[in-house]
Amino acid sequence: MNSVLQLIMEGESLTTAQMAEVLKISHEEVEKQLAQLKEQGKVLGWRPILNPDMDENSVRAVIEVKISPEREGGFDRLAQRISQFEQVENCYLMSGGYDLLLFVRAQNLRKVAAFVYERLATIGGVVSTSTHFILRPYKEQGFLLSGQQGNPDKPMISA
Amino acid sequence: MKDNSQRFVAQHVAGIPRSGIRDFFSIAAEMKDAISLGIGEPDFVTPWHIREAAIYALEKGKTSYTDNRGLLALRREISKYVEKRFEVSYSPETEILVGVGVSENIDLALRALLNPGDKVLYHEPCYVSYSPSVALAFGEAIAVPTFAKDNFAITPEALINAWQPGCKILMLNFPTNPTGGTVDKKALEKIAAFVVEKDMVVISDEIYSELTFEGEHTSIASMPGMRERTILLHGFSKAFAMTGFRIGYACAPAAIIEAMMKIHQYCMMCAPILSQEAAIEALRNGESAMLEMREQYHRRRDYVVARFNELGLPCHLPRGSFYAFPDISSAGLSSMEFATRVIHEAKVAMVPGTAFGPSGAGFVRAAFSTSYENLIEATERLGRWLDKNRK
Ligand SMILES: Cc1ncc(COP(=O)(O)O)c(C=O)c1O
Repeated sequence: MNSVLQLIMEGESLTTAQMAEVLKISHEEVEKQLAQLKEQGKVLGWRPILNPDMDENSVRAVIEVKISPEREGGFDRLAQRISQFEQVENCYLMSGGYDLLLFVRAQNLRKVAAFVYERLATIGGVVSTSTHFILRPYKEQGFLLSGQQGNPDKPMISA
Repeated sequence: MKDNSQRFVAQHVAGIPRSGIRDFFSIAAEMKDAISLGIGEPDFVTPWHIREAAIYALEKGKTSYTDNRGLLALRREISKYVEKRFEVSYSPETEILVGVGVSENIDLALRALLNPGDKVLYHEPCYVSYSPSVALAFGEAIAVPTFAKDNFAITPEALINAWQPGCKILMLNFPTNPTGGTVDKKALEKIAAFVVEKDMVVISDEIYSELTFEGEHTSIASMPGMRERTILLHGFSKAFAMTGFRIGYACAPAAIIEAMMKIHQYCMMCAPILSQEAAIEALRNGESAMLEMREQYHRRRDYVVARFNELGLPCHLPRGSFYAFPDISSAGLSSMEFATRVIHEAKVAMVPGTAFGPSGAGFVRAAFSTSYENLIEATERLGRWLDKNRK
């Protein structure tokens, strides 16, 4: 793996100058590796991982969608079309009881509902939907939300 | 009322000097806003699958004593692990003892082997418990100083020079706490040959062996003539980030294990069963998490050692452990003064080298078992402090 990527994946927030120091490479090299990652498409973008518990302005839902496959392209056209909606944060083709799994975010419950019955369910080829609202997050993209891990009273110095 | 109870304390215990850094520890404990490079344990929490195994054991009602030597299943795993890693094989039935950390096993080994007045050679700077443990077992500890120029490895010549009649045990700890020193195979072979010649026993504390960054760790137990005279001590605290589980083990010939067992069975009975269950999980499935942690220590080491050198605090490259041991003599202060001023004025906690024996003078121990963010900020603070306080 690209050494800059490996460092970032460890989850500490370091400036590119600090990354250069830690990795013992030049600042330019860090920038170059970052640019490369985007160019190769390995990294799609950079954004912080927000704590959903602190976000009072949106609700999230998971939607299972059944669609009818098409003669050419199978599920791709519909999946790509559904992915276009800004409310859809993730969209996956699944094996099993339904076809697409969507992670959807909107300002409130009503707006999620409106998205489902006005936008999603009305698309030709969408057979059925099943919407589940997310009630409480416990882990977000690898980060536990149950508070600090480890012993906060660990002595400052030990042998 | 005045406490007069000191008069009841046994002479040999009263005679053990109060650890020179206890005062420093109390100062450090108050400095809540300092960044600590003083912690001698992993910053990682024990990998979840290991914690989960302990929880599962608790759920299953595993709350009893175990065989004094430890669960047979654990001793079997230890036997396999040690054979693979150290290339020496030990019988799970008779040659392995599970105890409460390497700490307990050090004490057991010394008490099992020493007659009053027997001499014990050890290299210094070293882990704080060695010389007091020897004294508590009525032995006489003889330090062999090691130096930065040798990467804090004990040289065969220094050992031969320090030897005197009555020396029964040689204690080794590679990679070393506090220096990160290791010893190369050739030198270790010479040391082994000398130990055989003088018919000594080696207590080899290899607790940091997995955290060797360059080259392979070699155990002295695997060298010719050594298995019969080595007590190999190892544990889970460092490599698997399990300090709080308090579990470690000794591998040695049956008669020695039996002698250690006699003491262990009366003073400890057995290691906690939950920790033993967790240890089984660590040995069966812990390798990948362990390697990931090692990788992080490795990179942090490269960073922090380079920074110390840039700051004009010459620092040898520790080949193992999570400790750097920079030379601070250019600041013109003793280790204790330096560490005390730096914690107060720069708000960075490090342990004075003299905590690990007089030959640690002129050095401090900086543990890099902490985040990059902390390492970066700590070395920056140290740099600013040095600029101000060094002519
Ligand atoms: C060299 C050395 N030996 C033994 C120990 C104690 O280990 P345990 O937690 O297994 O008792 C330590 C802990 O710092 C150590 O550094």
